[in-house]
Amino acid sequence: MDLYAENILDHFKSPRNRGEIKDPTVEHEELNLSCGDKITIQLAIENDVIKESQWKGSGCAISIGAMSILSEELEGKSVEEASALSIDDVKKLLGVPISQRRLKCAMLCLHTLKNALHSFKHEDTQSWTETIGQEEMKNE
Amino acid sequence: MSFNHSDIRLQFPILKKGTYLDSAATAQKPQVVIDSMKHFYETENANVHRGMHMLSEKATTAFEEARTSVQKFINAKSAEEIIFTSGSTEGINLVAKTWGKENLGEEDSVLITLLEHHSNITPWIQLKDENDCAVEWVELDQNENIDITQLDKHLANGNVKLVAITGQSNVTGVRTPLKEIINKTHEAGALALVDAAQLSAHHPIDVQDLECDFLVLSGHKLYGPTGIGVLYGKRELLESMPPFLTGGGMIKEVKRDHFTCAAIPTKFEAGTPPIAQAVGLRTAIDWLLQFNWEDIEAHERSLIEKSFSELRKIEGLTILGPSDPKNISGCLSFVIDGIHPHDLTDIIGQKGVFMRAGHHCAQPLHEHYGIPASTRLSIGIYNNGEDIEKITPAIQEAIKIFS
Ligand SMILES: Cc1ncc(COP(=O)(O)O)c(C=O)c1O
Repeated sequence: MDLYAENILDHFKSPRNRGEIKDPTVEHEELNLSCGDKITIQLAIENDVIKESQWKGSGCAISIGAMSILSEELEGKSVEEASALSIDDVKKLLGVPISQRRLKCAMLCLHTLKNALHSFKHEDTQSWTETIGQEEMKNE
Repeated sequence: MSFNHSDIRLQFPILKKGTYLDSAATAQKPQVVIDSMKHFYETENANVHRGMHMLSEKATTAFEEARTSVQKFINAKSAEEIIFTSGSTEGINLVAKTWGKENLGEEDSVLITLLEHHSNITPWIQLKDENDCAVEWVELDQNENIDITQLDKHLANGNVKLVAITGQSNVTGVRTPLKEIINKTHEAGALALVDAAQLSAHHPIDVQDLECDFLVLSGHKLYGPTGIGVLYGKRELLESMPPFLTGGGMIKEVKRDHFTCAAIPTKFEAGTPPIAQAVGLRTAIDWLLQFNWEDIEAHERSLIEKSFSELRKIEGLTILGPSDPKNISGCLSFVIDGIHPHDLTDIIGQKGVFMRAGHHCAQPLHEHYGIPASTRLSIGIYNNGEDIEKITPAIQEAIKIFS
């Protein structure tokens, strides 16, 4: 199936959960340096459960579409569940094959989420290599 | 040799893979260049300036002949003024970290322009951080070329020690008036470094005529291999500069607590140099020089003008930079309303048209245009009108997806 599937384009054209939370528990920004895409995630977390997620940013259809799609999954998830989300989970959500050259676009949302959660847990942030490293090699 | 275009094209087997319009990133290599490196590895490979054997002698001769080829290609006075580097990036860093480090103080400044590639920006920012000198910028004028009035103003301040400038923008394809800039630079008592990474494959270079003090280029943009580039420097300057990397090859004598350097160019070529790459670069230069520059430039001009007029017909498409294609050489970049350059370039790539998306290592220039990225179309000697005709249909497909 085509990367620019209707679902992704729909999310790109009318993004969900794009906005701001008044008093976010945590906020984190990540960039995709190779193309200048930029996403900020805000989370409201209560008793280790994500109550609300909002995001803002600019980028290509894949990074924005993926962020919008992922954002619909977060509400109600525990911090632990959200931290456990993997590349494969995001791929499943997107439902289209992601080429190596677009992997970073597609995973910017996951990378930003992971680091927002690290920041919430007062942990060190993780690198891009940790987010997609092995996957990138597998695709090579 | 006559400029038989279909014959030229046949010499690049990789062009069968798609419509390659990304030569500003790296040019494709003619078969003779690939063959020459293979031949070198099969029959002449050895380290240079070392072994007392026949192969080492052959390798050394091949390496030094490559230097002479480069010398002639840019018309340097002597072969010693040609330093082999890994590319333009290393060449500029070498100057910043040797000459720059020794000669720039708190009162001094390096003047660069908005047209520069990151490799002609960040070494100077590093130098600023280390030596407390200033980095000053020349902006663009209404013709999208560098603003000469501003250049004059900066030079009049009397603190500019170096003007580091590209010969041809890797984003908008604008060629800077190098001779005029270098003259003014010298009148102000400063030195001039030319980044010829883009210019060198599209226009003849004569360093004696330009009178530039330093010039860098990259082999891989010149139909040669990756991993090799050239730093040209005027002899007196190179001789006065401290070494850059040190170690094997570049020394005269090493004692337990000190060492002395070999003469130029060896002084700046520490470690085993890119020997096979030098052979490949030489072959690329010989290959390119079999054609007349007038023919090359006329052919490439027609491709740029055709691209410009094709692209201009597309609704919502904006070409960055000059509004007159006569002021564009080698490449041009554009954006389309509502489509991110990454998406656009990916989609047209799937249609077999290969371009580049991103900021093309020129973030300050993209910031100036108020965009994070663009799509870049760039040409080489092997492109033809049919290549250009494939662009519009591919872009229309992308527009359809996003409409
Ligand atoms: C204008 C310009 N300068 C410098 C460079 C750096 O060249 P290299 O990556 O070969 O060192 C490039 C390459 O993209 C360029 O276009």
